[in-house]
Amino acid sequence: MSGKPRLTYCNGRGRMEPVRWLLAAAGVEFEEVFLETREQYEKLIKDGVLMFQQVPLVEIDGMKMVQTRAILSYIAGKYNLYGKDLKERALIDMYVEGITDLMQMILVFPFSPPEAKEKNLDSIKDRAINRYFPVFEKVLKHSQDFLVGNKFSWADVQLIEAILAVEEKIPAVLSGFPQLQAFKIRMSNMPTIKKFLQPGSPRKPPPDECYIETVLKIFKK
Amino acid sequence: MAGKPKLHYTKGRGKMESIRWLLAAAGVEFEEEFIETKEDLEKLRNDGSLLFQQVPMVEIDGMKMVQTRAILSYIAAKYNLYGKDLKERAWIDMYVEGTTDLMGMIMYLPFQPADTKEKNLALIIERVTTRYFPVYEKALKDHGHDYLVGNKLSWADIHLLEAILMAEECKPDILSAFPLLQAFKGRTSNIPTIKKFLQPGSQRKPPADEKFVAVVRKIFNI
Repeated sequence: MSGKPRLTYCNGRGRMEPVRWLLAAAGVEFEEVFLETREQYEKLIKDGVLMFQQVPLVEIDGMKMVQTRAILSYIAGKYNLYGKDLKERALIDMYVEGITDLMQMILVFPFSPPEAKEKNLDSIKDRAINRYFPVFEKVLKHSQDFLVGNKFSWADVQLIEAILAVEEKIPAVLSGFPQLQAFKIRMSNMPTIKKFLQPGSPRKPPPDECYIETVLKIFKK
Repeated sequence: MAGKPKLHYTKGRGKMESIRWLLAAAGVEFEEEFIETKEDLEKLRNDGSLLFQQVPMVEIDGMKMVQTRAILSYIAAKYNLYGKDLKERAWIDMYVEGTTDLMGMIMYLPFQPADTKEKNLALIIERVTTRYFPVYEKALKDHGHDYLVGNKLSWADIHLLEAILMAEECKPDILSAFPLLQAFKGRTSNIPTIKKFLQPGSQRKPPADEKFVAVVRKIFNI
């Protein structure tokens, strides 16, 4: 028996958070190892466990998986969250990639210089409201409860994560999107997701100064 | 009957080149429609053809697909270049993400300010020779097969060849410490479909020159 998946990353969201979301949504329990010092990180590299010397690292089914997208695709495939055929998978991939581009803006935001923060926040708002959310609002208008194939998939998990992340920065961001508002409530009430959204779950809080400092300390060359 | 895939992009490598490589390697003929002006891009956007207002866009099997990775994954799976099961797919994905990161660095080089080019080129060469190429050299060494995953040609091999050739354009002797990658390059370049793609007159695009950079900046406002 291979045991629970084991996640190695900093004690914060970063690039690992979508993996935590997806495992949690799939009802899969997992363990976490937190990187707190540069020495820990260098030891991982020295031990040869990081294929490209980077984290996230997820030990799952006998593999030491790296590269966020590869990890997420594997989990989605394994837990039947990747559609029923190639075309559904294509739609899920397209939606996930779009959402990932939006999430990337939020990911790097805390690390941008103070003078650029206002402009970056405006960009996030502009992209969310004008480029990404309208797409999913339209899809949900024509589909039923889920984005693809009328069945819960990786795309839905990615979208609820993104909605909540954007709302943390721009609280009224869903005001022009009734379908997304309903989607948010529906997803938040799915048992596995509801559990993940409760205090004490492996979900990580938004990045704070302490987290940013830790990340820079560990990874800065 | 579905027609040939149709690729919408500027007339250069950029993010579309990996898609051209994969289709060509799979022996799939495709058409291309080039975006030459801002108006061309606006038209695609106004027609509602671009899901997130961006290219690449590939019309394939009745879909207007966007997002490079989604397109590549679809093509790889459709033409049996994605491994035989979930685990092989995981390995292919990991390898491809690595070569994507590598080629991403090289792709942006022509768009960086002149005074940082030398420094960035040095960083690329360092990353290629100390982070990326050793991984693929070791993979080939460990199993001794001709291909990266499952002893069969896959998307990972095609992507790696593309990355090797791009890296060599940055530094011609960049493979000097990697004998297995040299052999891999030789073998893979001789696969008939790939050999054809590497010949003049194919749909393979040349490296970005100043003229192309200017066109891209103008069309995309960057």
